[in-house]
Amino acid sequence: MPFIVRRVIFYLVAAWVALTINFFIPRAMPGNAVESIMAKFPNLQPSAYKALQAMLGVGHPGSLWDQYRAYLVNVFHFNFGVDVTNYPAKVSTLLGQTIPWTITLVGTATVIAFLAGTMLGIVAGWRHGGWLDRVLPGLMFFQAVPYFFLALILLELLAVRGHLLPLGQGYAGGLVPGWHWDFLGSAIYHSLLPAFTIVIASVAGWMLQMRNVMITTIGEDYMLAAQAKGLSGRRVMFSYAARNALLPQLQGFGLAVGFVVSGAIVMEIVFSYPGIGLLLLNAVTSNDFPLMQAIFLVITFAVLLANVIVDVIIVAIDPRARAREGAR
Amino acid sequence: MTEPVLEIKDFSVAYRTPSGDVRAASSVNLDLYAGEVVGLVGESGSGKSTLAYGACRLLRAPAVITGGKVTYRGRRTAGPMDIMRLGPAELRRLRWREIAIVFQSAMNALNPVLNVRDQILDVIHAHLRISRDEAREKAGSLLDLVGIPRSRLRSYPHELSGGMRQRVMIAMALATDPEIVIMDEPTTALDVVVQRDILAQIVELKERLGFSILFITHDLSLLLELADRIAVMYAGQVLEVGTAQQLHHAPAHPYTKGLLNSFPSLRGARRDLAGIPGSPPDLHDPPPGCPFLPRCGYGTSACTGIDMSLAPVASPDGPGHVTACPFVGPDTPDPPPPAGHPTVTETELAT
Amino acid sequence: MTVALPVSTDPAVVPEEHQQRRGLWQRLPTRAKVGAIMLGACILAAIIGPLLTPYDPAFQNPSPGLSLHPPDAAHLLGTTQSGQDVFSQLLVGIRLTLELALSVGIVATVLSVLVGVAAAYLGGVWDEVLSLATNVFLVIPALPLLIILLGYLPQKGQAATVLVLAGLGWPWGARLIRAQTMAIRNRDFVAASRETGERTWRILAFEIVPNEVSLIAASFVNTVLYAIGASVALAFIGLADLTSWSLGTMLYWAQSQQALQIGAWWWFVPPGLAVALMGTSLVLLNSGIDELGNPRLRDAGGASAAAWQHLRPTDPTPVLDAAPPRRWRTAPRPGGDLP
Repeated sequence: MPFIVRRVIFYLVAAWVALTINFFIPRAMPGNAVESIMAKFPNLQPSAYKALQAMLGVGHPGSLWDQYRAYLVNVFHFNFGVDVTNYPAKVSTLLGQTIPWTITLVGTATVIAFLAGTMLGIVAGWRHGGWLDRVLPGLMFFQAVPYFFLALILLELLAVRGHLLPLGQGYAGGLVPGWHWDFLGSAIYHSLLPAFTIVIASVAGWMLQMRNVMITTIGEDYMLAAQAKGLSGRRVMFSYAARNALLPQLQGFGLAVGFVVSGAIVMEIVFSYPGIGLLLLNAVTSNDFPLMQAIFLVITFAVLLANVIVDVIIVAIDPRARAREGAR
Repeated sequence: MTEPVLEIKDFSVAYRTPSGDVRAASSVNLDLYAGEVVGLVGESGSGKSTLAYGACRLLRAPAVITGGKVTYRGRRTAGPMDIMRLGPAELRRLRWREIAIVFQSAMNALNPVLNVRDQILDVIHAHLRISRDEAREKAGSLLDLVGIPRSRLRSYPHELSGGMRQRVMIAMALATDPEIVIMDEPTTALDVVVQRDILAQIVELKERLGFSILFITHDLSLLLELADRIAVMYAGQVLEVGTAQQLHHAPAHPYTKGLLNSFPSLRGARRDLAGIPGSPPDLHDPPPGCPFLPRCGYGTSACTGIDMSLAPVASPDGPGHVTACPFVGPDTPDPPPPAGHPTVTETELAT
Repeated sequence: MTVALPVSTDPAVVPEEHQQRRGLWQRLPTRAKVGAIMLGACILAAIIGPLLTPYDPAFQNPSPGLSLHPPDAAHLLGTTQSGQDVFSQLLVGIRLTLELALSVGIVATVLSVLVGVAAAYLGGVWDEVLSLATNVFLVIPALPLLIILLGYLPQKGQAATVLVLAGLGWPWGARLIRAQTMAIRNRDFVAASRETGERTWRILAFEIVPNEVSLIAASFVNTVLYAIGASVALAFIGLADLTSWSLGTMLYWAQSQQALQIGAWWWFVPPGLAVALMGTSLVLLNSGIDELGNPRLRDAGGASAAAWQHLRPTDPTPVLDAAPPRRWRTAPRPGGDLP
């Protein structure tokens, strides 16, 4: 069966594993989750108690299998249960308010960083041994620094001291969200520093990876053949080297996107950005398990979806992938 | 006597490694004339590929060319050019247009993500100023030349068989009508039947289009049939040069004799087969004099003092036969085999 | 024991026999040496640091003037909101974080070697199952899963954290080791051992694993890097033992007490910088190990120097104008014996 179908089936299996883990964790972990929630929120109604029990599977009616089926049905209907801190607000509502912010910020910044890093990596690999290699240790520093720490530093330098950019939040207080220029302009202005942080922190990783892949690709026989053919440098660099190097680079993107997205979400906390990050912090502080679980599922599905997109792109540009069939 | 198309003079290449220089080729002299097939034969690591690629300056770091001249005299070029002195742009114009290469393993030599037509067109557009339609037609006719259906223009390298890929490489090599085609073990990776077809095709194309061939291989028997002249290399140095006839009937250098003794012939009297004991020397730290000395049945202490220049050999098959060994010639009798070295008689082989 | 030369994951790369002559330290590129030295310094700080703390890191000095005090002679890195000495916390923090990360590295690397080698060597249905498990855990993002795993744990102690982190850190290395083992499994010397009847575990332990040392080392370094990053991020959002003084919890407290807004940079910069420097040393070290395993990544140093120009990989072979000497030297000078 064709390559892309096999890959989609694999991602569905991974999604199912994630869902199942999500289902079993509250039932497997020591301690009574519901009790701990109730301890933190003495004002919760008894009905909340029952709802939580049903969700977390403690003192439950029905067999495990019934609960599992009910759980899967719920997930498919985007019913993640009720939130604890903002009872009786539904978790899905909360997510719906914050996901757009995170997707726009993290999605755009990651794509920009990947494209910029890949382009720089192509040049750095082509000119292996040149001056671009001297910035390598600096790049390695940026690859190792945690995103949120970089955010703290940049915030300190550019916002607190430099007064160049806002101190945080998604938009200026007092504005009403909507599709009008005042709001959009403010939103863009407030997203500059977070986006800049994500780009700076992750571009180094993409550049280093692409550089290494380019260097390995340049060592291939067809590169020597391309040189022997007297083709122009640009043609060889792009159509022979980069085009082949792009395939492992994209595969690397698929593997790394989970880390990049996670790091960016944690970074949002520093900026008090109204995305999933803040929601996550609050959920952890208040033991809001339904919310934590929902966030896990959302991030996981987003990453899996990104991987599907990457695989589609790979199939589009690699003629060998289209032909690959069979078991392995 | 006409001037050679490619004249390699005193050519030396070293690989600059952290643990010292490896002398991959030392003061090599070799000429290639128009329309002839010169074979370059030797073991792995003998420097034959280094010589050929080095002459085109295609060797990758840490290779450096430490001396010599490589003069190219083509029909299209204004005058003789020393490839060692060319700038990058001129080098690019020279490559493929004048000197093309057919690589050993065509699977690896073709770009996996471009189809056959695009790769041929790349070569055409890089060197010839013809219109897109003319180029497409030329690509098609090139495939006709090597006997591949034109429908294969849209195929990718992984969709072709080994023999087909090698033919595509040959077609690409001839796309710009080069003077010289360097063939680096073009049939080693193929099975024997396909090998024969490809070689026949190569010979036929050479007759038709009139280019010279520098044919690199470790298979001397192949060259005895195919080549006009043969150069025998060992440890980065040329040991003997002569026509196929001369080398076959009257080999002068001990190494060549050893090579000829290493494979049986279908006809002729039965004789003992012997290999050449030992292995090639370490080129990091070459001893003075002849590099073949440790494995040579004729060797004496005098061999460490010779300077490896090629001297003519008197030969009934004509002039042009040279050898690096001043002590041994075609008429020197065979030395006794060294004690303990097994020899295989042809009768044993037959059973 | 037969030891083949180090094999990179790329089967087209030929190992260089001559490089075996020089010691391991000399073969590392400069930046890897810098990384190793930095890491050594961190490990040293981790070992002796806590013995040198001027104050008890948990001691909360109630005197009002000392709350959020900038660095001075008494407190080298200032104080926190509750008067604790940042410098002492930092020293303890380095040890805790490094301990945690190294433990995760060891456990996860052992796991990845076991899984990778088993999958490659046993083949068949074992390989299918293990590979599927590896790929699934590779593609599911680690941090969110870590969050819910740790979130449900009532006490987030060191041991539990190590197990959880290691439990998600093995797939990356397992995949690489499986690929490498499959390449080695088919090589002649392994087949020879099988033919002579050597038992499977002996073949694995003495023939296959020794040839993957550079890959295992790279995998270990990478896992430690992941462990540092993940543990610090988790602590930052509060998913750690908040009574301990790891670098991550320092950052958590700094953030929750609004250190940035107050201007108390000395509270969050040192721990973050320590994390960044530890990570950098690991990345540097890793790039060196990469170069050892994959010779293509080394640049054209010798040839470039000889030609007095920076050689790009696709430049034409340089021509030296100096004529080679007529006589051979008997011992080569390091770095080439031509002027």
